[in-house]
Amino acid sequence: MQTKRTVFPNKALPYFLLLPQLAVTGIFFLWPAWQAIWFSFLREDAFGFKSTFVWLENYARLFNSASYINSISITFTFAFAVAFLSMAVALLFAVNVNSMIRSRNAYTTLLVWPYAVAPAVAGILWWFLFNPSIGILPYLLSMAEIRWNHRTSQADAMTLVVIAASWKQISYNFLFFLAGLQAIPNSLIEAAAIDGAGPFKRFRTIVFPLLSPTTFFLLVVNVVYAMFDTFGIIHATTEGGPAGGTNIMVYKVYADGVIGLNLGSSSAQSVVLMCVVIFLTVIQFRYIERRVQY
Amino acid sequence: MVENRPFLTFLSHLVLILGLLVVFLPVYIALIASTRGPTEFLSGIVPLLPGDHTIANYRAMLQSGLSTSGAPPLFPMMMNSLIMALAIAIGKIVISIISAYAIVYFRFPFRALAFWAIFVTLMLPVEVRIIPTFEVVANLSMLNSYAGLTIPLIASATATFLFRQFFLTVPEELIEAARVDGAGPIKFFWDILLPLSRTNIAALFVILFIYGWNQYLWPLLITTDTRYYTVVMGIKRMAAYADAEPLWNLVMAAVMLAAIPPVIVIIFMQRLFIKGLVETEK
Amino acid sequence: MATVELKDVKKTYAGGVEAVKGVSIDIPDGQMCVLVGPSGCGKSTLLRMVAGLETITAGDVLIDNNVVNRLGPAERDIAMVFQNYALYPHMKVYDNMAYGLRNRGMPRPEIDQRVREAAATLGLAELLERKPRELSGGQRQRVAMGRAIVRSPKAFLFDEPLSNLDAKLRGQMRIEIKAIQRRFGVTSIYVTHDQVEAMTLADILVVMNAGLAEQIGTPLSIYERPATTFVAGFIGSPSMNLMKAVAQGAKGLQLADGGSVVKPRDTELPQGGREVLLGVRPEHFTLVKDGKNADLELSVTAVETLGADTLAHGRPSGSNGSGGEIIARLPGASRIDEGDVLPLAIDPGLAHLFDAASGQRI
Repeated sequence: MQTKRTVFPNKALPYFLLLPQLAVTGIFFLWPAWQAIWFSFLREDAFGFKSTFVWLENYARLFNSASYINSISITFTFAFAVAFLSMAVALLFAVNVNSMIRSRNAYTTLLVWPYAVAPAVAGILWWFLFNPSIGILPYLLSMAEIRWNHRTSQADAMTLVVIAASWKQISYNFLFFLAGLQAIPNSLIEAAAIDGAGPFKRFRTIVFPLLSPTTFFLLVVNVVYAMFDTFGIIHATTEGGPAGGTNIMVYKVYADGVIGLNLGSSSAQSVVLMCVVIFLTVIQFRYIERRVQY
Repeated sequence: MVENRPFLTFLSHLVLILGLLVVFLPVYIALIASTRGPTEFLSGIVPLLPGDHTIANYRAMLQSGLSTSGAPPLFPMMMNSLIMALAIAIGKIVISIISAYAIVYFRFPFRALAFWAIFVTLMLPVEVRIIPTFEVVANLSMLNSYAGLTIPLIASATATFLFRQFFLTVPEELIEAARVDGAGPIKFFWDILLPLSRTNIAALFVILFIYGWNQYLWPLLITTDTRYYTVVMGIKRMAAYADAEPLWNLVMAAVMLAAIPPVIVIIFMQRLFIKGLVETEK
Repeated sequence: MATVELKDVKKTYAGGVEAVKGVSIDIPDGQMCVLVGPSGCGKSTLLRMVAGLETITAGDVLIDNNVVNRLGPAERDIAMVFQNYALYPHMKVYDNMAYGLRNRGMPRPEIDQRVREAAATLGLAELLERKPRELSGGQRQRVAMGRAIVRSPKAFLFDEPLSNLDAKLRGQMRIEIKAIQRRFGVTSIYVTHDQVEAMTLADILVVMNAGLAEQIGTPLSIYERPATTFVAGFIGSPSMNLMKAVAQGAKGLQLADGGSVVKPRDTELPQGGREVLLGVRPEHFTLVKDGKNADLELSVTAVETLGADTLAHGRPSGSNGSGGEIIARLPGASRIDEGDVLPLAIDPGLAHLFDAASGQRI
């Protein structure tokens, strides 16, 4: 691992400098993570007095439970819907803003702020907009003969949380797409134009392929965001409902552990999620390695 | 652009403006709702133009809040959010910059191990270790305290990597010149490295302030005492309540108050924000 | 001010790479020693060991007759000028120069006096309030010098200080550095890969190759009597021509590439049968009118007209081409074309002979 050619000779000082970070990491990250793994192999009796080592029983139960399988499939639907929607809209914005010269900064300013809105707040904003009795959107939808009720319809509830989660993430994707577009040399676009490609063809054959590293990177980031950072949106609006229709894995860990007090199952779910994060982080870092070489 | 086709440019502007309308819609509606009187939501849909209850609504929320919902007034909750955001941002920056300094400018046994231990935190978001972390905090008697709200969140692999990356780009000769000039490790850090890191620190601060302000799950877990409620988690209680009673005007005033501080930070520090966002992903 | 002495200094890196394999140099008080050599020859490592930025694997570094091996850079009382200047980017010129003095706890008025004096000497008086990024390359170079001067150290260490400047400025700064070093009389070690800098600046020139000092001496003595073919090739531009030959006793030297027998004048010839390298600097060929006085005939393959000089590239006539190219530096007025055959004489006493196997001077 890299250091400087010249370093300071002190022996004890670096340990003191690392101490605060390592202490917080050890106490609040590594130890709880280990506990989660340990608890996932235990079962507490009904009164919480005694726990027995049950090997993989918690995991077996988990993957045999219809509600967990349901939660996994909902999580995937949610994550990819959010990634697709927010990236598509952001790319549309980025491509159009990139063609502007004078107004580029103004548009950028108008587009970055949703990033600052907390997920829970974003959830409540759209919850209000879609409110079945007073919301403006259900009113408009009713004119098209569509009846909206996210309190009873799982599809409506899912649509609501996908829109709220995507809305907040547009800023992030927009900024990275814009940076990616600006990194494409103008000479390539000009060469394609001389070769007779019109704007739409150029986008399809030149720009979009050259953006693929950015697109892939954002896909991973957005999936991570949708899986782990959207707890606030779900909790503040649908609370996993109706009938588990928006019960994403992160929300289920919370619901089973904190509200349901099922320590073994919740810990097993935590471990599953840890594996998911590790998998996604590895993908992300392998990609970054390639980006550096590129 | 290669071509100069006014129609295409017009189309671009049209797409952008329509898109922006959609992006702004939820905030606009919330803003309008927060200016209206309590009775105006009983009949049909939300109005589209501002009303005249603005000052009354916001004053009511800041000073007394929705007492029936069990949440405290907004002002103390916003102060808690501010404390939490500042403590997390500053705490993360401080412990990250010194650990990056140790990793880059010293050679010592277990250096790689320390690096990996910090790296692993990337893979352990709060969401995946809710209960055991709660128990650790409970055992340390840190529930319902500012320490409990902040300290468990200040370990940061991202910030440490950012500073490490930056330190690696600082020319080798600067530390050599400083050593020849008689500066030891503390002096070099304080006199040279810290001033050089100013922009990075500022960019990171913007990102981390927003991160801290927007925390939701953590305060939800460890605060039961309303004196430690933060505004983002607090409004959820009101929203749940408002669904039953027509108090949307007050709830939306609270939503605006919760959203405004980080939005202001981003708009006024846009350049630093973008830098921070891009750098933390390297 | 002090003497600097290196006694069989060695550097072996953790991986087992030997960067410096045992170098001894004596630098008397006030003299400038230049370490020159190709990249990777160990010259920078040697300098950094003197500075205290690299540990010394074996041998001793003495400053002012004290072994300083175990002292840190700040305790050695040396000043260093770096290749990229290493100015502190966030500090004004004044603070850059004052930083080392402040760290040593010097009283403020004295710092102020020293900085202003040094700034005046270097023509920086107007720039003291500027930041490094507001300075030109030459000005930054001067600030780096100033930072060294204010300290009045026992020794100056220069690590390729001019390589970031353009050619014209480099020539100018070379003269300034020499003048300043003379004026302050500070013992100096200067590392460069540029042989012009090396020749012009050195009191003592050390030519390094593969971790060893190939030759130590005054610049002229090295130019006139290079100890090895490496030194012969490295010092001088264009490089010395080295021709493989076999000694033929009193008859002279038979060129190995099939060319003629050459008999340089005023040169002691080695015993018959010995394989040697005949070295002649391009500037030590003279074009003669009469073919009879020629030592060598050159078939010209390319001509570079430089104005003051003309460089004629070619092969000894009759050569089969295996001996490579020979360059002769001739007066600019000589009109030469490709395909000419030039009768050349080697200036008396200016031929060099090296053992073909060892490369050592005979």
